[in-house]
Amino acid sequence: MNQQEPLWEVFIRSKQGLDHKHAGSLHAADAQMAIENARDVYTRRMEGVSIWVVESKYIHSTNPDDAASLYEPANDKIYRHPTFYNLPEELKHM
Amino acid sequence: MENNLFNYCLHLADNSLIMGHRLSEWTGHGPMLEQDIAISNIALDLIGQSRNFYQYAAAIKGDETTEDTLAYLRDAREFKNLLITEIPNGDWAQTILKLFFFSTYQFYLYQKLKVSSDAQLAAIAEKSLKEVTYHLRWSSEWVVRMGDGTEESHHRMEMALEDLWPYTGEMFDATSYENLLIKNRISVDVSEIENDWKTKIAAILCEATLSNARDENVWMQKGGKSGFHSEHLGYILAEMQFLQRAYPDCEW
Repeated sequence: MNQQEPLWEVFIRSKQGLDHKHAGSLHAADAQMAIENARDVYTRRMEGVSIWVVESKYIHSTNPDDAASLYEPANDKIYRHPTFYNLPEELKHM
Repeated sequence: MENNLFNYCLHLADNSLIMGHRLSEWTGHGPMLEQDIAISNIALDLIGQSRNFYQYAAAIKGDETTEDTLAYLRDAREFKNLLITEIPNGDWAQTILKLFFFSTYQFYLYQKLKVSSDAQLAAIAEKSLKEVTYHLRWSSEWVVRMGDGTEESHHRMEMALEDLWPYTGEMFDATSYENLLIKNRISVDVSEIENDWKTKIAAILCEATLSNARDENVWMQKGGKSGFHSEHLGYILAEMQFLQRAYPDCEW
């Protein structure tokens, strides 16, 4: 049965104001059933207040083999972090 | 009056317990992991509802009775559940349709019960209604998908309809303990929810491309609410009550 049903990625918002986070994946025949399955599989211990599902085939990702050219060039560019400013004392939580 | 209320509580509790126990038989055997979890969740919801009603029944009784003695130490003749809750699960189509019929019934029943003049029954109904609303939604979705699915799933749903329809009449056939509580607005007058039930069932069956025209003269099975059960209940109780019967008061 699972061979016939597509795979879906599930994203859960754990409480109002927070982002949806990837929770896992599951099989379902369509979007409505995927949401209900997600409710039953991933929110049975009060994990969430909102669910997104997206069919896994619509998620596009970077290739791990490209990691060196994509991410490593950022390693030695510390000037991109805004850490060279002198902040006034009154400013907190920056 | 007290005795009628006690019996009515048992009826409501037994419905949920026996249905919940039946559904729990799918745990580990669901057609796929997601549905295995979904139906186990529903089974647990129902068993939780039954606990609330049993606790209230035990409080009414006022002696040594507890929720556990009511669930584990009564015999089949004393159970007041609808027959539809005790019949075997059959295949997935039968289980889903049975749950759909039952959840629709509970949905309309609890909507009325939550304005009962009995505050405790009203509170339990209000809490349970949230769960039942989901059970109804979930089972409706499955009825539609299987009815309007493949030739095989459609055929199985039609067969399930034939098998289960005779168990729906009992829902709207009031017993004496219900009738005696109606005038005090404690119990729900089940004849008042029959039309809502039929309308909802017809709408979903239509969406599922399943036949709705059932023979009005079909013989309706009844008796469960008064303690007259099919042979199936005895087997459920044998399994469910074995531990308490063999090792009274055991704890672990």
